[in-house]
Amino acid sequence: MIYALIPLLPFFAFLIVGMGGHWLKDRAHWVAVPAVWGSFVLSLLAFQDVAGGDTISVPLYTWLTSGDLRIGIGLSIDRLTAAMLLLVTTVSGLVHVYTIGYMHGEKGYARFFAYIALFSFSMLMLVMADNFLQLFVFWEAVGLCSYLLIGHWYERKSACDAATKAFVVNRVGDFGFILGVLLVFYSFGSLEYRHVFAQAPDLVGDMTNLLNPMGGEWEVSTLTLICLLLFLGAVGKSAQVPLHVWLPDAMEGPTPISALIHAATMVTAGVFMVARLAPLYSLSPAAMDAVAVVGAATMVLGATIALTQFDIKRVVAYSTVSQLGYMVMACGLGAYTAGIYHLLTHGAFKALLFLGCGSVIIALHHEQDMRRMGGLKDKLPVTYWTFVIGSLALAGFPLTSGFFSKDEILVSAWAAGPLGKTLATLGLLTALLTAFYSFRLVFVTFWGPSRADPHHAGHVHEPSKTMTVPLIVLAGLSVAAGYLGIPGWLAPVLGSAGEDHQEGAAGVMAVATLMGLGGIAAAYYCYVVSPDLPDRLARRWQQAYQLSFHKWYVDEAYDATIVRPTLTLADRLWKKVDVGMIDATVNGVASLIGWCGLVLRFLQSGQTQHYALGMAMGAVFILTVYLLF
Amino acid sequence: MMVPLSYYVILSTIVFLTGLVGVLIRRNIIIILLSIELMLNATNINFVAFSHYFQTLSGQVFVFFTLTVAAAEVAVGLAIIIALYRSKSSINVDDFQLLKW
Repeated sequence: MIYALIPLLPFFAFLIVGMGGHWLKDRAHWVAVPAVWGSFVLSLLAFQDVAGGDTISVPLYTWLTSGDLRIGIGLSIDRLTAAMLLLVTTVSGLVHVYTIGYMHGEKGYARFFAYIALFSFSMLMLVMADNFLQLFVFWEAVGLCSYLLIGHWYERKSACDAATKAFVVNRVGDFGFILGVLLVFYSFGSLEYRHVFAQAPDLVGDMTNLLNPMGGEWEVSTLTLICLLLFLGAVGKSAQVPLHVWLPDAMEGPTPISALIHAATMVTAGVFMVARLAPLYSLSPAAMDAVAVVGAATMVLGATIALTQFDIKRVVAYSTVSQLGYMVMACGLGAYTAGIYHLLTHGAFKALLFLGCGSVIIALHHEQDMRRMGGLKDKLPVTYWTFVIGSLALAGFPLTSGFFSKDEILVSAWAAGPLGKTLATLGLLTALLTAFYSFRLVFVTFWGPSRADPHHAGHVHEPSKTMTVPLIVLAGLSVAAGYLGIPGWLAPVLGSAGEDHQEGAAGVMAVATLMGLGGIAAAYYCYVVSPDLPDRLARRWQQAYQLSFHKWYVDEAYDATIVRPTLTLADRLWKKVDVGMIDATVNGVASLIGWCGLVLRFLQSGQTQHYALGMAMGAVFILTVYLLF
Repeated sequence: MMVPLSYYVILSTIVFLTGLVGVLIRRNIIIILLSIELMLNATNINFVAFSHYFQTLSGQVFVFFTLTVAAAEVAVGLAIIIALYRSKSSINVDDFQLLKW
C-alpha cells in the first residue's frame, strides 16, 4: 500500500501548491521538491521489491461498475514499470530542483510548481496503470498538463498557440486511442491488462468488418485494428510522423518543462504504451510493421530537420523526435527491451541537454538563436562539459549510455528480418546525422568567437547551484545508465526479440561507432576548421537545404489542407449558421414577444373602471354560455 | 294580496344593473361608491325576498352582515377619497391612473 504514495506525494504537492499558491509564492518549491524526491525514494524501494521478478499489484478501489464493465483504479508494478518510475521520478526531481533556479523571480512561480507536480503525478499513474481506462485517463491528464505548461507564459501569443497546437494534435491521436480502448472492451469484455493479455491469443484470426454500418465489406484483423488504433494515440503522444508537429513548438514553454516533456513524461508515454501492450502487438505482425515503418520515418525526418535549425532548443527538440523514432522502430521490430533501454538512457541525456540549453538561455538573457551565441566554453564551464557529455551520449560515442542503447536497437533491428535490415541501415545513416547535428550545436554554441549581444556578453556567468547540480547528476547518469544492464533486466518482462544477437552484431556496432565518430568529425570540420563551408553547401544544395530548414513543409501542408479549410468552414458557420440562423431565431422570438407586449399594453389603462368593465363583460359572457348551453 | 317572488327579483336586478352601470360609467368617485351601495342593496333585496319565501331567517342574518360590511366599506372608502382629494384636488377617476405600471 505504501506504493500508492509514489503518485500521491506529487498529487498532494499539486493540491497544496495549487491551492496555497497565493500564500506560498516563491516558497512553493519547499513543498513540491521534497514530494517528488519522496516518490523517488519509494520508487527505489519498489524497484528493489520487483527486482526478483515479482509483480506488485495494489488495487486501490473500484471506480465504476456498469453492466459487464468494471473499472478499478489500481497500481501494478513490474520491472518495466519500476524502471519507468525511476526514470520519471529522477528526471522530474532534478527538473524540480533546476526549476528553482530557472524560474526564480518569474511570475507564476507557484503555479509552475503546481503543474509540474501534477504532471509527475499523471505520468506516474500512467505507468502504474493496470487497466486500459486508467491508462487512458492519465494519458489525457499528461496531455492536459503539457497544455498548461507549454502555455505557462500565457501572455505570449506564440506560447498560447503552441499549447493549443500540442493539445489539438494530441487530440487527433487520442481519438484513435479511445476507439482502440472501446474495441478492446468490445472484443475482450474487460479492460484489465491481465484479462486482455490472457485472452489475446484467442483473438488471432478474428476479423472485423469495418464497413458493416454502410453495408460494405472490408475485413481486417481485429487485433491489428486494435493495435493500430492504440498506436495512433502513441503517434500523437510520442510525436511520430505525421503528428510530430507539436513537439518542436512545445519549446515555447519554459525550458524545465521542455526537459520534462522530452525526457521523462508525455513523449515517453507512447513508447511505454507500445512496450506495455507488447503481448497484443506481438500477435499482430501487420501492426508491428506499421509501427516500425512510422518509427523509422520519424527517425529520419527528425534528424534531417535538426541539421539546419538555428533555435538551440529546436535542434534538441527535433533530435527528440528522431530518437523517439528509434525507440518506436525498435518496438515495431519486436525489440521492446532495446526500445525501453534507449528510452531510459535518452531520458537522462536529453534532460541534460535541455537543462544545458536552459543554462545557456538564462546566461544570455533569453537568447535562443545559435547565430548569436558562440564562445561560451570558458564562461560556462560546467554547462559546457555536461553538455558535451550529453551530446556524446546522444551521438552514440563509445562507452556512453547512448552508445549502448542505440547499438542495442540497431543490432536487434539488423537481426529482425529483411524489413529490420532496411530500417537498421536507415538507423545507421541517422546515427551519422545525429552525431553531426549534436556537435554542430556544441561547436556553434560554445566554440569560436562570441557573437552574442555585446550588451549581455560581458557578464555571462554560470547559473546558480540549483541549476548546475542537476546538470552534473544527469551527466553522471548519461554515462552510467549504459552500465546498469537494463536490457537483461527487462528481458523477462518484455521478452527479448532477436535472440541471435550475434548475427552481424559486431559489424553493426562497428559501423554505428564509425557513423558517430564520422558525424562528430564532420561537424568539427564544418564548424571549426572551415566555418564558411556550411553556407557554401547550403547554396550548393539549395533545395535540400530549404526542405530541411522549412521542416519538410509539414506545417505548411497542414496549414493548407487542414487548418485553412477548417478556419474557412468555421467562419462560414459563424456568419451563416450562428449569426444568420440561431441568433436570428432567438432575436426574432424576443422581438415578436416585445411586439405583442406593445399591443397588449394599450389594454392597461390604469382605470379601475375599465378593469371592472372587463370583469362584468366576462361574467355576462360566462353566464350567457351557461344559460344557453 | 301576495306580491310574487319574481317581482322582487326583477326589482333587485334593476337596482343591481343601475349600480353596475353607475360603477362602470360615472366619473365621480362618490357616485361610484354610491353605486356600489346600490349593488349591495340589490342583493339584500334578494336575500330578504328569498328568506321570506323559504320561511327561514338565515337570509335576513346575511343582510345584517352585508349592511355591516357596507358601513365599514363606506368609512374606508370615504377616507380613501379624502386622501385622494388631498393629493390631487380632484375626485374625478380619470385623474387617477395609479394602477398603470
